Amino acid sequence: MSREGYVNAALIAGLIGVPLWAHVAGEPFTITLATRAVIFALAAVGLNLALGLGGLVSLGHAVFFGIGGYAMGILAFHAQTYTPMFPDWLNIEGTKSMPVIWLVAVVSSALAALVIGLLSLRTSGVYFIMITLAFGQMFYYFAISWRAYGGEDGMSIYLRNSFPGLNTLDPIQFYGLCFVLLCAALWLTARIARAPFGLLLNAARQVPHRVETVGLDGQRAKLVAFVISGAITGLAGALFADLNRFVSPTMFSWHMSGEIMIFVILGGVARLFGPVAGAVLFVAMEHVLGDLWDHWHILLGLLLLGVVLFARGGVIGLLAGKARTHD
Amino acid sequence: MSAILIVEQVLNGLQFGVMLFLMAAGLTLIFGVMGLINLAHGSLYMVGAFVAATVAAATGSFLLALVAAMGAAAMAGALIEMTVIRRLYHTDHLDQVLATFALILVFSEGTRWIFGSFPLYLARPEALAGSLTLPFGIEYPRYRLALIGAGLAVALGLWLLIAKTRIGIRIRAGENDREMIAALGVDIRTLYTFVFALGAALAGLAGALVGAIQSVQVGMGEPVLILAFVVIVIGGIGSIKGAFVGALVVGLTDTLGGIFLPELFKLFMEPASATQVGASLASMAIYLLMAAVLIWRPTGLYGARA
Repeated sequence: MSREGYVNAALIAGLIGVPLWAHVAGEPFTITLATRAVIFALAAVGLNLALGLGGLVSLGHAVFFGIGGYAMGILAFHAQTYTPMFPDWLNIEGTKSMPVIWLVAVVSSALAALVIGLLSLRTSGVYFIMITLAFGQMFYYFAISWRAYGGEDGMSIYLRNSFPGLNTLDPIQFYGLCFVLLCAALWLTARIARAPFGLLLNAARQVPHRVETVGLDGQRAKLVAFVISGAITGLAGALFADLNRFVSPTMFSWHMSGEIMIFVILGGVARLFGPVAGAVLFVAMEHVLGDLWDHWHILLGLLLLGVVLFARGGVIGLLAGKARTHD
Repeated sequence: MSAILIVEQVLNGLQFGVMLFLMAAGLTLIFGVMGLINLAHGSLYMVGAFVAATVAAATGSFLLALVAAMGAAAMAGALIEMTVIRRLYHTDHLDQVLATFALILVFSEGTRWIFGSFPLYLARPEALAGSLTLPFGIEYPRYRLALIGAGLAVALGLWLLIAKTRIGIRIRAGENDREMIAALGVDIRTLYTFVFALGAALAGLAGALVGAIQSVQVGMGEPVLILAFVVIVIGGIGSIKGAFVGALVVGLTDTLGGIFLPELFKLFMEPASATQVGASLASMAIYLLMAAVLIWRPTGLYGARA
């Protein structure tokens, strides 16, 4: 096993061991923190697919996070108030079932990613960054002005949604669900990176002209990657809403997009477990430093500056050395 | 709907547009010359507003507050250029985004640390209080008219600086071929610091001017920053002319959309839902406009052809 392999194994062991220990020791708050870290990691695994593999610097991934959150919020809101959705033309009922909510979250964020991707991929580089950022802001303002679903105040869901055969109100069981989904997303990412599609994506990032010359469609690969990436982040959004039992426009805010990107960078771009390491580090810092000092964001900013300017590989890079390249 | 309301809203749109131009001009200049995407531009706007509010409260002079705001923003700009930004010119956009996002965290939280979370108040100058009666009996606040005038004056000044002066020639040369002008003996590092400080001063000025009609608070620069990005995408990156046209288009669309879209939907919907749908659409109007421009011209109205 390579050094990166050991680091990854240690991460997984920690994500299994610490919550189990907290469960036995009777510390539900630690499990909640771990759940938060795992959900953020899932969102960042989504972004890493577009950013690391496809080279798409999206500053608008909060869109998908928020759509996932609102998919959960809207469905559960109608279920808890016993009102049909869109009474004029669809008249369907809400639901409290997680699998249905996840499906809706994944499909709707994938659709949004398709539309945003089609428009944004007409450009590249700095235009792409600004446009994804702008679309994020559009959804943010739309959520604020949408009074039927709480507007600026957001909406609360009183009871966590259910999963067949599990008691989701038990912190460790809900954590288990989130952890399994994270593992599934990591497996999918690893699978994509090795598949012909992943190789094409890698090549389209590094040498777009050559990809075009051999008759492959790099732009389409990037679009597909963007859609899958959005769908994974959307799923994370639905879980995040369920963790807090609350959705609000802040899920769409561009700070959220920035934070998802920070998870990827702190951990190490294009490393399979980079987003996981980054999210865990972020949540740990938020908890430890946030308790010590109200203005801990100053330290976060300085740390981020340090990583960007001096430690390009992030945490995984520091621990496991340089990434293997395929030159 | 009366003609007076329309004229008022057009003036409001113009005022918003010229303030956006002050932000967008700096951003597009910095991108054009140094190839840098600067997310921290909104923080310089915020610095301008806070310094103006503090100086105005201490001295009572609005003019002094404006000068101090521009000076402080320019200094903050020069400082971050020399310590951080300078290291980013040769890196990819991802690093620039992250480093400047990190600067936002430091600036925002630092300002909250120093000034607290409560908004500051910046009074409008006495001389510009009240409103002016325009032809056809339109009453319009003097201060907002002054903002339009100031924005247009800065636009003219910027055009003169870039088109007519020696430093402008260097800036344009820097956009086209930085190796060549460095070889011709122009100190490119100083030029970069100057351009960055110039952009920062414009942002600081905008923050101070707008600070007198809105509250001065942490995070005030970010919505403006993102709108300025929309302006640049519409106008074309690197083009000052594009930034000017884009800023006016975005300012007018945003202001007029908020007024007219609900009215438009009232023509064929019941008033309550028309107001709701209209308001939602109005909040999205400029982004839809941006999407339309992208489909039509991916590099913006005045951008270089790819």
